[in-house]
Amino acid sequence: MKQHPPKKVRSDLNPSRLLTFKIDDRDVTAHEDETILSVARQNNIIIPTLCHLDGLSERGACRLCIVEVRGSTKLLPACVTFPRQDMEIITNSKRVINYRKKILELLFTERNHVCSVCVANGHCELQNLAVELGVDHVRYPYLYPRHDVDASHSRFCIDHNRCVLCLRCVRVCDEIEGAHTWDIMGRGMTSKVITDLNQPWGTSETCTGCGKCVQVCPTGALTEKGKSVAEMSKRRQFLPYLQMMRGRQGGSWQK
Amino acid sequence: MLAEGINPNATALPATSPAQDHRLRMVNRTMQLYRNEPHGLIETLHTVQESFGYLEEPILRYVAAALQVPLSRVYAVATFYHSFTLRPPGEHTCVICRGTACYIGGSGQILDRIKEKVGIATGETTADGKVSLLEARCLGSCGLAPAGVFDGEVTGKLSPEKVLEKIGRWQHHDPEH
Amino acid sequence: MTLNIEDLQQIARIEKSKKDGFQHRINVCLAAGCLSCGSGLIKEALEKEVTRRGLDSWCKITGVGCLGLCAEGPLLSLPTSGSYYQGVQVSDVPEILDSLNGSPVARLVCPAETPFFQRQVRIVTENCGRIDPERIEEYIAEDGYAGLYQALTQMTPQEIIDQVSGSGLRGRGGAGYPTGLKWMSMAKAMGSTKFIICNGDEGDPGAFMDRSVLESDPHRVIEGMVIAGYATGANQGFIYVRAEYPLAVKRLRLALSQAERMGMIGNNIFNTSFHFNLQVRLGAGAFVCGEETALIASIEGRMGRPRPRPPFPVEFGLWDHPTMINNVETLANIAPIIRRGSQWFAGIGTEKSKGTKVFALAGKVVNTGLIEIPMGTSLRDIVFAIGGGIPQGGRFKAVQTGGPSGGCIPEQFLDMPVDYDSLAQVGSIMGSGGMIVMDASSCMVDVARFFMEFCMSESCGKCVPCRVGTRQIYDILGKITASRATMAEFTMLEDLCDLIKNTSLCGLGQSAPNPVLTTLKYFRDEYLAHIHDRQCLAGACKKAEEVL
Repeated sequence: MKQHPPKKVRSDLNPSRLLTFKIDDRDVTAHEDETILSVARQNNIIIPTLCHLDGLSERGACRLCIVEVRGSTKLLPACVTFPRQDMEIITNSKRVINYRKKILELLFTERNHVCSVCVANGHCELQNLAVELGVDHVRYPYLYPRHDVDASHSRFCIDHNRCVLCLRCVRVCDEIEGAHTWDIMGRGMTSKVITDLNQPWGTSETCTGCGKCVQVCPTGALTEKGKSVAEMSKRRQFLPYLQMMRGRQGGSWQK
Repeated sequence: MLAEGINPNATALPATSPAQDHRLRMVNRTMQLYRNEPHGLIETLHTVQESFGYLEEPILRYVAAALQVPLSRVYAVATFYHSFTLRPPGEHTCVICRGTACYIGGSGQILDRIKEKVGIATGETTADGKVSLLEARCLGSCGLAPAGVFDGEVTGKLSPEKVLEKIGRWQHHDPEH
Repeated sequence: MTLNIEDLQQIARIEKSKKDGFQHRINVCLAAGCLSCGSGLIKEALEKEVTRRGLDSWCKITGVGCLGLCAEGPLLSLPTSGSYYQGVQVSDVPEILDSLNGSPVARLVCPAETPFFQRQVRIVTENCGRIDPERIEEYIAEDGYAGLYQALTQMTPQEIIDQVSGSGLRGRGGAGYPTGLKWMSMAKAMGSTKFIICNGDEGDPGAFMDRSVLESDPHRVIEGMVIAGYATGANQGFIYVRAEYPLAVKRLRLALSQAERMGMIGNNIFNTSFHFNLQVRLGAGAFVCGEETALIASIEGRMGRPRPRPPFPVEFGLWDHPTMINNVETLANIAPIIRRGSQWFAGIGTEKSKGTKVFALAGKVVNTGLIEIPMGTSLRDIVFAIGGGIPQGGRFKAVQTGGPSGGCIPEQFLDMPVDYDSLAQVGSIMGSGGMIVMDASSCMVDVARFFMEFCMSESCGKCVPCRVGTRQIYDILGKITASRATMAEFTMLEDLCDLIKNTSLCGLGQSAPNPVLTTLKYFRDEYLAHIHDRQCLAGACKKAEEVL
């Protein structure tokens, strides 16, 4: 398969250049090619994220990691923004927190997230975010769409009612596994993740059954079969390792 | 450039009739124009739609294999863009413009009346397979609002009566039209 | 084949003398508007009748691009006498030919002394309706490609950029970014492979300027692109056109093959070392592809989903190479600027908005069609003088500019000059140039709902605020128009608009609430009437129980 899409190489960022700036009034230092999010994490400053996952490409789509920069009204997504010298970043202003709450509430209204009957209950990133941000109610009306559950795969199951369209499954399948079985059809509210030509997962001819998509899914949308309520915990420690291994130039093994 | 035989879907195309062969040739020509590179996908799907009327699944598999694009990506592109349709269209197509000028000029009422009298909404085809109803975002014929396209012919200054009459003639098989 | 200036002048001379050889000429508008009223048949009938009468060497029938007054089509123009005919039928053909030597056919005459024709200043559309868009020779006869020749043989890239900067030209696609500055960044961008893209994905409902320019004068856009390529060091261009404009695509492809044959694109253009290739790419019905990064994704054969900027396309664009994207109308202004100089262009318009702007005037206005006016013309002049006012004695209510990213401008701002900054001040944008006039029969809440429906179904679905937020807003607006909303929902509406505006990923999401925000600002009473009194002030909306 051809490289599709081509890998983005930011030649405008020099990894050997260091800069200092402020996050929440703390002085921090970073390489020029580190994002605000990664520098914040190194300094134990928590910025909520959903579509971001260490080891996958960035998408900048969930908008939960937005931060403020002093002197500007524009909000910037921390996962794809690179800091500049002497920038003053605020990650926890009232304005930013309010927006994050509203975005999360919108996500809850979009599909049918019913925690009490979900296999991922207690292991769900969406649920954890709601707890962290103190979302105890949703001000917008629920949309209650009708979505299918596809249990045609022998080991895994997808429940579109729990999907938040973060596309981690699409990215891990393309970037790490290299199969590109998943993609996203339609647009807007009618978007849906699909396997191959929108066919039952079990009939997919490209799926290798590796289960990486299941492990990276933040919610109970992609799960292993045979798990009951609150039993579906996920492990994704392998991701940064695999990313490093897949990124090696061929021949670096001493045979 | 083409890794023949590597992709398991390359053989997925069903046996074709001579007429289909001609249509396939058109598709192949477009793909060659883009040297069978993935970036020719949208142009190729345009050609498929033009020659086959819609995007049938076997052709999607064929295109995916030839351009070396993942199947799910082909399906994603085909459903992201509104110009493409995955269902066979009716014998005749009626497109009603829903641009701003046409909306102000009453295209909403036209669509309502079609739904009421003919029983089809946007994107649907009548049960007899005669007429498909589509919406356009803007035909750029705002000076003639409300406008529509009947079997490829742009017509302006429509009224619900005019449209219903036209559809009625299609449905009752007038050999003249 | 490589041409030099003598060849160009020779072609122009032959073409002009050919034209002058005819006693009479009749131009038939063959743009999409008039074609749909049957102007193709009229041209055929005219040609047949001329041949039947044996007048082939005396009267010339030409198919031309848009004459502007689309509402009155099919249109004819008689450049020899300067008169226009409107609403012509095939049966009128003999009478028109009979009258060529006498006085014009009174019942068909379209008054040309009206402000609609007199108040316009034509730069972009100078050839629209005057030349046959399917013949490159006619474009050359109107000084076509002279600008390119001058640029390639007498100017350095820096001089061209200086001219463009000095002219004060700003991008005609929406935000009004200074074109010279964009070109300068592109010229400085590193890389041996660079791309120029012409954005002809005119997705705004109610806008058809780009379509008209591409249908009526495709060579002008091609010339602008080649000049842009030379000035910025790009050797490959793409023209991205909506698939909904088959005629524009056809004429553009024809124009490209003619220009290639004559050597205006390809290798060693005008015997210089400069080479430039150009391709047409079709859109496939996605409004979001008007956004730069989405457009690039679409040309790469992917779904048109925007990605976060920076990096900007000028650094990382098509296939990661520096890419500059200009609107059709912007590029159509380039050749005249090179030919006539930046000072001439800078002399037209207002202090911060130079030149002219093409508007597609539509909606509840007498003269619907295509107009080109100097920047700074007041809305009142556009709607009432040029547009001829509201039909059937209706009352003006608002004018909508900028499509789904723009806003509705109420009566109190009618005397405002139309330029980038004034429009931004009242909460709208110039946009690509759609101008929809609304009268008292339009309910502004319903109009806002129409645009929100548009934004909702055109949202690419990538970022959460735009994907879900537009749906929530649409639902609330639906409730308000059905007189079923509460004040709590009304407050939520404003709150959601603020959220989408500030947190969406791309420009389209960020501007999606504009139609709601402007109507909330200027027509708040209409919203409140739906909620408190359960009535639509315009009488356009049905109550929930009436619908059921």
